[in-house]
Amino acid sequence: MSGAALRVREELVRRIQAHGAEAYPHECCGALLGRDGDGAREVTGLLPLANRRDDSPRNRFEVTADDVRLAEKTARERSLELVGWYHSHPDAPARPSEYDREHAWPWYSYIIVSVQEGKPRDMASWRLRDDRSLYDSEEIETAAHPASI
Amino acid sequence: MAVKVIIPTPLRVYTGKQESVDLNAATVAEALAGLTNRYVELKKHLFTDDGRLRSFVNVYVNDEDIRYLEKDKTPVREGDTISIVPSIAGGTGSRPAFGCGH
Repeated sequence: MSGAALRVREELVRRIQAHGAEAYPHECCGALLGRDGDGAREVTGLLPLANRRDDSPRNRFEVTADDVRLAEKTARERSLELVGWYHSHPDAPARPSEYDREHAWPWYSYIIVSVQEGKPRDMASWRLRDDRSLYDSEEIETAAHPASI
Repeated sequence: MAVKVIIPTPLRVYTGKQESVDLNAATVAEALAGLTNRYVELKKHLFTDDGRLRSFVNVYVNDEDIRYLEKDKTPVREGDTISIVPSIAGGTGSRPAFGCGH
């Protein structure tokens, strides 16, 4: 289980919200780049990505292995780590679904932004338990510093 | 055959933070079995309960996706590199999947 908070720069919170609103009524997705230390994780950059689920983009998102490799490469080039992913839930709460859980990886932070009728609302971050049984919430602490990338 | 398996970041917590693991194997299936026997906690993240590779787990032998080779029966040679690469998926649904606390 996760007990640590996820520190996210304020500007990046706004960019995730804006991406969710722009993609509405489809789901948006992207990579969270930052640093992970003992008990502390910070998101300092984003890599918005295309939702590859062309067949059902209103309630599904997919980041292909090639896009994951791109995100890892981008993180390395910026001397950062790929620490997680964000996506939107159009007209649904910012809570992980069973479908999210079935497809989740451990360790990553998963930020979900709820977009209601095109307007971004709640945002929450989640981490999968080691035994894959459930997600636990991870408090988002926003920081006022400008985004580094 | 001595091969190297590259571990993706989210699974390194189960391999003592090792980025790669050296194993002896003749096929991809043998390499993954050797890996999950050595690091038992990895198994549930790579395989379903009935032993199939999870759909969002991608395996490459020297940058070739095994889906286009012989899948897990793909033979490996001395010095080959096997990479485990995540794909990421999710979306809304009616059933919740979250716990109650931090």
